[in-house]
Amino acid sequence: MMRFILSRVLVAIPTLILVSIFVFLLQKLLPGDPILVMAGESRDPATIEMLRERYHMNDPVLMQYLYWLGDVLRGDLGRSLRTGLPVSDLILQKLPVTLQLAVMSMFFALLIGVPAGVIAAVKRGTLWDYLANGVALSGLSVPNFWLGIMLILLVSVNLGWLPASGYESPLVDPWRSLQTTIMPAIVLGTGIAGTLMRHTRSAMLGVLQADYVRTARAKGLSEQIVVLRHAFRNALLPIVTLSAVMFGELLAGAVLTEQIFTIPGFGKMIVDAVFNRDYAVVQGVVLVTATSFIIINLLADILYVMLNPRMRATL
Amino acid sequence: MKKSLFTAALLASVSLAGAAFAQDLRIGLNEDPDSLDPAQSRTFVSSLVYEQLCSRLFNVDVNMQITPELATDYSWSEDGKTLVLQLREGVTHHDGTPFNAASAVRVFERNMTLPVSNRKAELGSVESVEATGDYELTIHLKSPDVTLLAQLAHHAGRMYSPDAADAAGENFGQNPVCSGPYSFVSRSEGDRIVLEKFADYFDADEFHYDRIVFMPIPDTTVRLANVRAGDLDIVERTAPADVPAVQSDSRLQLFQVPNIGYQGITINVGNGPRSEGPLGANPLVRQALSLAIDRQAFNQVVFEGLYVPGNQWAAPGSAWYDEAFPVPARDVDRARALLAEAGVELPVKIEMQTGNSPVAMQAGQVIQAMASEAGFEISLRATEFATLLSENVAGNFDMSLQGWSGRIDPDANIHPFVHTTGSNNDEHYANPEIDQLLDQARREPNPAVRKDLYDQTTAILQNDLPIIYLYHIQYFFTLRDGIEGFEPYADGIIRLRGVQG
Repeated sequence: MMRFILSRVLVAIPTLILVSIFVFLLQKLLPGDPILVMAGESRDPATIEMLRERYHMNDPVLMQYLYWLGDVLRGDLGRSLRTGLPVSDLILQKLPVTLQLAVMSMFFALLIGVPAGVIAAVKRGTLWDYLANGVALSGLSVPNFWLGIMLILLVSVNLGWLPASGYESPLVDPWRSLQTTIMPAIVLGTGIAGTLMRHTRSAMLGVLQADYVRTARAKGLSEQIVVLRHAFRNALLPIVTLSAVMFGELLAGAVLTEQIFTIPGFGKMIVDAVFNRDYAVVQGVVLVTATSFIIINLLADILYVMLNPRMRATL
Repeated sequence: MKKSLFTAALLASVSLAGAAFAQDLRIGLNEDPDSLDPAQSRTFVSSLVYEQLCSRLFNVDVNMQITPELATDYSWSEDGKTLVLQLREGVTHHDGTPFNAASAVRVFERNMTLPVSNRKAELGSVESVEATGDYELTIHLKSPDVTLLAQLAHHAGRMYSPDAADAAGENFGQNPVCSGPYSFVSRSEGDRIVLEKFADYFDADEFHYDRIVFMPIPDTTVRLANVRAGDLDIVERTAPADVPAVQSDSRLQLFQVPNIGYQGITINVGNGPRSEGPLGANPLVRQALSLAIDRQAFNQVVFEGLYVPGNQWAAPGSAWYDEAFPVPARDVDRARALLAEAGVELPVKIEMQTGNSPVAMQAGQVIQAMASEAGFEISLRATEFATLLSENVAGNFDMSLQGWSGRIDPDANIHPFVHTTGSNNDEHYANPEIDQLLDQARREPNPAVRKDLYDQTTAILQNDLPIIYLYHIQYFFTLRDGIEGFEPYADGIIRLRGVQG
């Protein structure tokens, strides 16, 4: 088991280096000069030159990359070109927000998607099945930005039940925090719930036709025990992997949803940084995102092995 | 025991009542400000925060006339090279240190010497600053510069605690300590900036909110939804498309004021090979293009008729507008005649850079359609802002649809754009006569003489047209119903003195 984990970690390191090079070069290939934007409307030549020197823009690209990588390895992700705030501070400030949103969305998606998938599989071909499929399809097809704006208009503007946007930390005001994140969590969770429902349904259908389920039924076990204990536990394996990947995507930033609900998380930070050509922030965010993605995938693999005894035997 | 419990309960209820009365004002901003160090700021939006946080030497009134704030009086020397300011007494910074001539000198010196300072160019004419009394500041200039007062009514005149600034160095913007009616509490980047009332402010009674919360919300629809839901009290720069919705909502109030900047087409007349086509080389072609555009219809189609059509850097109605050149009506026949006179091959093929926002692209399409009837074939290239700027600087454009947010002193709205040495003269327009007039206007203290000098430049520019001015935006402010005492200012900055409700 340790060897398995170690080998996966070793694979992750070159992946991270490649990601860093890719991100750095991609920024350089983009047209437009961020320094001109940073210099402000008046574009004083002395300011422009000062900014170029300060951000090593006059150095060769390779040197710029090495400067950046050297700082990163020392734990310094640089400073935001726009606000001058340290990128690591910004990330530490935003990460818990997105984490909270991701956990809530995932909770909502699992709460809706998995039971709906199980019911649809068990009651295959009935009204329940069609209903669950219909709901899942709508969840998948409705764009987040549209659903978000509709919810704001209905729930906040017309009914006045929840704040239209903004965010409060649960450490400051837990109730307000729940109020500000519940709508974005639902918006984010709907699409995932749809995907989870479809996958749960097909996994359950596959398992329900397996020999051991027939054997369990033949032994005279109740349908509830057959479905939940025998079928569902085995159908859970691909769902765990899928959920982990989706959680990783949520952490990478729910770009549109955070933008619409003005949630100061990762996604909003990425959009703002790209829009302002804030290189330091974009690079820092992508690096942290890639790292967390790789770690989550690693954890999912380990969890998969732990849940599946047959996999353990092959290691 | 019972008595102490009762006292505790009483105290708790009193403090709760206090909390209930604490009044927050939530202001929705178009974008997140940059650094909150007055020496480093570059963005317009930071001015909205500074107005509550950092007092300035001078301010402007609702008519954009310079008025005293921390400087109570001023006088120029005969030769125009010395400016003496009398400073307000009894003002303290948020850290308790006094504001006086000595502290102001240190602020000037920091603004002029800090490596990352963006105030150097604005204070470029300043030779030295000295405290000639406890509350008297004398500024010596390298050469006469009447625009300095306007700079001191902007970022360069914002006063802050030099002790706190020296201690924080370049990180001062993370915890700014100034002398305004509200002091800094916290900032969560992209989320909110919180200020709280400064009890020792010299005019504290005129400010009626306990806390000001700035929330940057870039999406106009979301910003509007927030004020409609009661989650914001004031929204700055409401989009014209949202104006009808605000007007029809009884829970909201709408205020509007024409901005002091301009929007127009900058034409490459001398920046590299792309200036050598018929448009860049021949003023007649530029005049034809200007006449081909129906500014009224353009305003109607793109901005629901809510902006102000224009043909000069100053808006019609402004004190600096030259009435001798009114906004021209569309004249396609005259445009065609001018093209014939210029002897150019038709259609005149040109490319126009625009921003990539839906409004900018729509504006480009309307101009494209109008100009085609006069004999122009305009292709559009929509780019994001960073690309547009660098293409402009590199001379990789025929013409560029862009604008300027405006400054209170006219010099800043014209000099950088058409003076040969202007920092924003991307079109590389060079005319010694214009240079001489603008330099003279910069030194001229008499407003009437200055106006005449600017009128002379307008006459030349109307012929040369390195920039075809099209319109002036209006600033729309949306306020929650019940807020009283608000007045919109043409510089777009929200003043909270006397605002309540």
